[in-house]
Amino acid sequence: MSSDTCGERLKRFFRGLLLAALWTVFGAGTAWAESIVIKGSTTVLPIAQVTLEAYMKANSGAKISLSGGGSGDGLKALIDGSTDIANSSRQITQTESELAGKKGVRPVETAVAIDAIVPVVNPKNRVNDLTVDQLSQIYQGKIGNWKELGGDDLKIVAISRDSSSGTFEAWSDMVLNRAKVSPRAQMQASSGAIVQAVSKNRYAIGYIGLGYVDRTVKAMAVNGVQASAKTALSREYPISRFLYMYTNGEPKGETAKYIRFVLSPAGQKLVAQEGFVPLAGRKP
Amino acid sequence: MTSRVREIIIRNAFAVFAFLSVLLLGMIVFFLFREGLPLFGQISPVRFLFGMSWYPTYSPPEYGIWPLIVGSLIVTVLASLIAVPFGLLSAVYIAEIAPAGIREILKSIIELLAGLPSVVLGFFGMVILAPWMQETFDLPTGLNIVNASLMLAIMAIPTISSISEDALYAVSRDFKEASYALGATKFETVARVVIPAAFSGISTAVILGMSRAIGETMVVLMVAGGAAAIPQGLFDSVRPMPASIAAEMGEAPFGSGHYHALFATGIVLFFITLAFNLVADYLSNRFKEEGSGTL
Repeated sequence: MSSDTCGERLKRFFRGLLLAALWTVFGAGTAWAESIVIKGSTTVLPIAQVTLEAYMKANSGAKISLSGGGSGDGLKALIDGSTDIANSSRQITQTESELAGKKGVRPVETAVAIDAIVPVVNPKNRVNDLTVDQLSQIYQGKIGNWKELGGDDLKIVAISRDSSSGTFEAWSDMVLNRAKVSPRAQMQASSGAIVQAVSKNRYAIGYIGLGYVDRTVKAMAVNGVQASAKTALSREYPISRFLYMYTNGEPKGETAKYIRFVLSPAGQKLVAQEGFVPLAGRKP
Repeated sequence: MTSRVREIIIRNAFAVFAFLSVLLLGMIVFFLFREGLPLFGQISPVRFLFGMSWYPTYSPPEYGIWPLIVGSLIVTVLASLIAVPFGLLSAVYIAEIAPAGIREILKSIIELLAGLPSVVLGFFGMVILAPWMQETFDLPTGLNIVNASLMLAIMAIPTISSISEDALYAVSRDFKEASYALGATKFETVARVVIPAAFSGISTAVILGMSRAIGETMVVLMVAGGAAAIPQGLFDSVRPMPASIAAEMGEAPFGSGHYHALFATGIVLFFITLAFNLVADYLSNRFKEEGSGTL
């Protein structure tokens, strides 16, 4: 950006104004109840949802507000100070942590669960097992027919997530090795939409978090390993990742208490109920 | 307080509100350009507009939105081809033919259609129309151009119908009576007198219906399939511009090239709808019937 001093001064002025406004709004609130704002990854959303419900039931004074938006959004909010916890389905990027440093924010990550990403197809599809390499070829558009994989003579409709979702990022890293997804691949904006599309379409293949797999779709085995809590935890299942909650500095006060609850056996039991893999035996 | 002072206060209050709304709009446009233009420091506008690959999150990123533009235009044109006959003919029926009772019922149904949230239509297209279309025509996917166009047409029909209907109503009684007096039938009167006389209003209606379709986000996000490639047939998936913006903005890192590229896509959409409005404006002035004399 240019070194427009007038613009800079104006910016500083508005930032000061904003801070003052925030101070009056939130500063007044903290006097009688500490509230936590949580924002970020839609993959982590169900975990945050069930754990904060249980937490608020146990601690009637606690006030927690939760919203989704995506990992990038959550981290963005953490960096500009508008959230206490940023949920993320990926680790913070170099660019983001540099930006945080510039604003005096020190993001600290806490792993809260493991997510396994599962390729899913229509239950009518006869193919049960694919290798990571085959999945990669399918999404790059190099394998175009189920026949080539031992299935029926049907075109493959690969359904991907929007290129900025955390699930896409994980898929892109773990399956495609950052190779480009074919532009002919479809794009859906949520895991629910992928389940919906795949359950009604025997040409289709999609990928979702283990927590979203239901009976309307068939989960594929990858490299001969069926995704499950057990195989993800042992890392036998190849497409799995950690899910994080980021805080500014080590979590303190109410925030620390909440995160401790998420990591407690009771919290991790809720994580498992949501279809994610609990971090059994890992120290927070 | 004298009435004169009150007059001044009232006049200024109105002026303040008028300027405030214009100012707000102006600020939105300013913001759009401020966030979108930095992209062109990275790539040329030609490569942005006519680039064939949209890979904003890779390194090096590619920001070609031509497939997105084509996607937007194709669903808009197809939706208009469906919506214009329905919208226009329903307007003719309501304005000229239907008995009073039916007219009231039809009008309220069309108004209801206009109030239908787009997410409801999108959901219908995704959960009901897509699987049906796929089964019936044995297609690889039901989330395609035709599905999106049908849903957009349903959104555009009320706009086209109600504005056309107003235009038809506004046609002076003299015209119709003169036509009947010359021995023209009802069909001849409607087709040769009423519709030509209302042409300016009808063309505005069509263009406004089209801008509604091109700017619509939820429907295309849900049912167009989202493939960022030039379609090879009407049953291929496309990713219109608003769908791309909506799906990606949430996670585009603030201030990144991707972020600027999405705003720049917004600028393109802004210019397309602006062009639509200018055309509507031109047509409505060009074909305005000033009175019986111009016919």
